[in-house]
Amino acid sequence: MLGLVPFSAYVVLFLALPTALAVGSGFLDAEGAPTLANLSALGDPVVLNTFGNSMLLSAVTAVVGAVVGALVCYALLGSRSDGRLRSTVDAISGVLAQFGGVMLAFAFTATIGVQGIVTVLLADVWGVDIFAEGVWLYDLPGLFLPYIYFQVPLMVITFLPALEALKPQWAEANATLGGTRATFWLRIGFPVLAPSFLGSLLLLFANAFSSYATAAVLASQGSQIVPLQIRAALTSETVLGRENLAGVLALGMILVMAAVMALYSVLQSRASRWQR
Amino acid sequence: MTPSRTTRWAILGLVGLIFAVPIAAMTEFTLRRGLEGGHDLSRWITLFTGQLDGGYRQVWVGLGNSVVLAIVTVLLVLVLLVPTMLLIRLRFPRLMPVLEFVCLLPITIPAIVLVIGLATVYGVVARMLGSGVWTLALAYGVLVLPFAFRAVQANLQAVDVQTLTEAARSLGASWPTVVVRVLLPNLRRGMLAASFIAVAVVLGEFTIASLLNRTNLQTALVVVSKNDPFTAVIFALLALLFAFLLLLVIGRVGSGRRPGRTS
Repeated sequence: MLGLVPFSAYVVLFLALPTALAVGSGFLDAEGAPTLANLSALGDPVVLNTFGNSMLLSAVTAVVGAVVGALVCYALLGSRSDGRLRSTVDAISGVLAQFGGVMLAFAFTATIGVQGIVTVLLADVWGVDIFAEGVWLYDLPGLFLPYIYFQVPLMVITFLPALEALKPQWAEANATLGGTRATFWLRIGFPVLAPSFLGSLLLLFANAFSSYATAAVLASQGSQIVPLQIRAALTSETVLGRENLAGVLALGMILVMAAVMALYSVLQSRASRWQR
Repeated sequence: MTPSRTTRWAILGLVGLIFAVPIAAMTEFTLRRGLEGGHDLSRWITLFTGQLDGGYRQVWVGLGNSVVLAIVTVLLVLVLLVPTMLLIRLRFPRLMPVLEFVCLLPITIPAIVLVIGLATVYGVVARMLGSGVWTLALAYGVLVLPFAFRAVQANLQAVDVQTLTEAARSLGASWPTVVVRVLLPNLRRGMLAASFIAVAVVLGEFTIASLLNRTNLQTALVVVSKNDPFTAVIFALLALLFAFLLLLVIGRVGSGRRPGRTS
């Protein structure tokens, strides 16, 4: 058992301790004495609104990302898993899903920023001013497109392995029994894939809910979503006139994430029935 | 059940095209000539002929720091995670689900939450280990745990550790020999994949570095972009290309194709 000590100590120091300190700080008052008073912040209209924004952003981008990503996975069905097409799509998806952050903020500023190429083209060629009602790229509405941009590739990475669970024999059985392509998908494909699809959808939700970098660079001020509100709470003494708000927000985030991930593991175990 | 050729390429073509727009826009942006309009390669030439002035020193510092952090993070994975996984696989297989749960936890605990507590932890770390650049890798090791665990686990499940170990032991090999000369060579692919993904994650990391006021590649890019967004975008494109090539290599390593072998 002694051999397990270094890793355990590391995980305790750099995962368990920071999490406990983060959440614990929400239960301390300005003098460091324990209190439950800060928790009332989770009922503050401003905080509730921020959580609402975060959930809306995560839900919409997760659904769009899941549907488009699943279509891409479908298009890849039947391609060789060690082929050039698959490994290129895998690599592109990996980069866009995990490496994004700061780069995505730059990319969308260059695309639909005030001087972005799409903005300029739309204005010059069709006379459409996408910012007629004010510049929305650096605010909540501006986060949707960049988030979808990293959600679709994440869906491809997580959902593609599930599609491999569809056995060619099922398609053959369906055809032998006189089924059409439509009956295959309606009666076999969708029901078998449903748990994996919903599981991936939840993973996408969790991913958007916890992302920080893209939003932080695009919306350099303000606290439209929870991670940005944590930034505000960390960089200034008091936000909304409350102490230790960051800890309370962290607790709220972890509660949401834990609920999502618990549901995810339930769906995963259902999905694995077909992956033997 | 498989899509027709037309359907496949229609979907991939359309989605690919849409996803290419922001990358193309970034490229176009770097070619713009100031206020007089038009496009040229001057910024790329300035960068590649080493004519950037001291104002961009920050990027090189950030890149250097990120490389150090990537190396230390990979070492953490190889020295802390891999031996632990092997030990549990060999001696305490019942603990594997516990290890998996712990390694996947960082998905549930966002970096933005960790960073709140890390500020305090680093107060202590600085007193014990100094405030060197590399210390940030201790936090990054946690971020890469889910990815690294999956990469090594996939390899571990594909190797019959039990039989290999018994065979080596019955031929008189000591435990260190079994690990170093039998098991680790068989886990090379998983360790390589875990290392590459760790490098990709560390080079792209922004949240923790930014909120702990450290300088890495990404925070440096943000600083530079405030003065010269054009050159910052060039750096971002180069980093993106590098990460893409890195992941392409992972894919090749992961699928187990060796050069010269066609199957």
